[in-house]
Amino acid sequence: MNIAIIGAGPAGIEAASALASKHKVTIFEKEERPLSNIRDKAFLFPDFSSANDLANKLEAKIANENVTLQTSVEVLDIRRSDDKWTIVTDSNESLNFDYVIVATGYKIFDARKKEELGYGIYKGIITSIELEKMIKEHSILNNMNETPRQIVFLQCVGSRDEKSGNNYCSKVCCVTAVKQAIEIKKQHPETEVFIYYMDLRMWGEGFEEMYREAQEKYGITFVRGRISEASSTFDKRVQIKAEDTLLGTPLTMNCDLLVLMVGMCASEGTSKLCKNLGINGLYGFADSKSPHIEDNLTTMPGVFVAGSCKRPMCINDTINDARSAAITILNYTK
Amino acid sequence: MEKRYWNEYVKEIADDHFFYERSCIRQTFFPGSEAVFLKILRNDLGKDIYDSSHQHTCTGIGYHSDVVPYETTMTIVGRLFSLMTERGYKNYIPSCITSFGLMTELIETWNENPAVLEKTRDYLYKATGRSFDLPENIAHPSDVFFKFRHELKSKMKYQLINRYTGKPLRGVDHIGCHYAKIFPKHGIGNAEFPHVLAGMIEAWGGEVIDYPERRHCCGFGFRQYLIQENRGYSIANSKKKLESMEPYEPDFIISNCPGCAMFLDKWQYTIAEMEHKTYDREGYGIPVFTYEELAGLLLGYDPWTLGVQLHQVQCERFLNKIGIEYNPEDKYKGASGKILRTPEKPKNLKV
Repeated sequence: MNIAIIGAGPAGIEAASALASKHKVTIFEKEERPLSNIRDKAFLFPDFSSANDLANKLEAKIANENVTLQTSVEVLDIRRSDDKWTIVTDSNESLNFDYVIVATGYKIFDARKKEELGYGIYKGIITSIELEKMIKEHSILNNMNETPRQIVFLQCVGSRDEKSGNNYCSKVCCVTAVKQAIEIKKQHPETEVFIYYMDLRMWGEGFEEMYREAQEKYGITFVRGRISEASSTFDKRVQIKAEDTLLGTPLTMNCDLLVLMVGMCASEGTSKLCKNLGINGLYGFADSKSPHIEDNLTTMPGVFVAGSCKRPMCINDTINDARSAAITILNYTK
Repeated sequence: MEKRYWNEYVKEIADDHFFYERSCIRQTFFPGSEAVFLKILRNDLGKDIYDSSHQHTCTGIGYHSDVVPYETTMTIVGRLFSLMTERGYKNYIPSCITSFGLMTELIETWNENPAVLEKTRDYLYKATGRSFDLPENIAHPSDVFFKFRHELKSKMKYQLINRYTGKPLRGVDHIGCHYAKIFPKHGIGNAEFPHVLAGMIEAWGGEVIDYPERRHCCGFGFRQYLIQENRGYSIANSKKKLESMEPYEPDFIISNCPGCAMFLDKWQYTIAEMEHKTYDREGYGIPVFTYEELAGLLLGYDPWTLGVQLHQVQCERFLNKIGIEYNPEDKYKGASGKILRTPEKPKNLKV
């Protein structure tokens, strides 16, 4: 069988590696390299292992003659033609496949939409993605290229937020903030770190332990409350206004960096392809046939879904879900 | 300050033929503002605007203070709309920002609940025999100036430029809470950084100051100032804003809300009396203008006809920075040409 996989993130790569022993697989990736989202990260939760090492290991798994990786290629449409699925790319190619796995991943919430938080308006207000880059490059600096004295994290930016239209939890931000806060303290023990949260969802193995360690070993301060407004001060720092909902008091504080923990949204590619296929679900994500035992199937026979194109997912869950998609196809073809 | 995401968000503002609703309090606080708005619209922009002599309160202050029930408010606003309807106008512009906020709220209520609208029509008809249409377009007069800001600029005699340094004058904009915080879609530039006044300052040659408490309420909130014992909350809010803007050394403040412009001006006197504190280096305070006063000054209207001498912080230093002509001897002349009584001088705030 010929199988097309749209997206060379962890889901696409893992599914390809699992299918390659029995089938011909072609992966279409719009970026220049596969696994770019993982490669942008420094370390992974909960074990602080190297993100680059994981990317290299995953990439090595598709070094197989049955796998073809096409990068810098965007899939524009997927059409049913007789008993095949035709993939139309931006290089005007039309290729036929027996099955298709949609593994188009996610995009980051555009924090500029939350104008009250000042992203894109004031210096010193960054996203968790930009902080990750700073951590990776050992360049955690404020506006004046100095080591920050105070760094504040705000959880749930574009997640669990009716105003931005995203009522869902992005699932990975809570633990990512804890991981990043620990990384900051490892690089700059003198920097004070505060995490503003609604409630901390430490659902995964080792997450709760990280959260405890963040408080007990690294002295990171957790404040239950939302930040309502961020602005720039006369001395180019960031002023935040918030409410501490445990103390029941409003507060104002200044910091050098405000880190917005941006949530996961459906990518444009996911929304468009899924809409064309009629498998679009809530918030533009892909919709599986049912959430329990048919979570990799769709209502379109021969079209499967894997990973965070369905909903926010961490890397471990994405890889497991991709294996599940591969097993579903292997059983489907018997 | 970098780019703003919602800056390009604009709303529909009618082009001509406006029904003007006056404010209950603005003619006391800023006696020339409404008059000069009508003059500018008619004489400088050539627009048709109707100013009914039969208008009355919208009940906004009473409504927000919980002393006027919503049904009563709806019926009274229905009567205001009936004045517009019977004169054949469809574009409603209420002078007061609270009236504007209240009317957007009422129209939203009626759109969501047509039965409530019918009940209001019924109440009004039974009480007065009047009927009304909803406005096709509702905007605040500051929206209208924003829309025509470049046209106004082309007619202006002065610009917001310091004639001694050649640099733009630096202004603080303060947007009334009821402008866009109730319904962001009704504010130019949305809710967080409405562009309505900033757009005027920039178009007329000035520079907008972005300071940390820019979006903070001035403290006018009706429950805070209506009861004397609560006024500490009110002045505390204004003080917070004034302290936050002080390091940026603003040349002026403009507002599109009656309460904000009044309190940001008059609390400067109170703070100076209480704490010997003023918010400019030389002890005169920061002058506060309505957007109509600012437009009028730049168009060349006489400052004393505009009524700016009735403000607490005096405006001569601002006029001198631009080079706006005025006759100091006319400052306290009444319409008859006779000098009216001159006000007492504050102890701490220089005038």
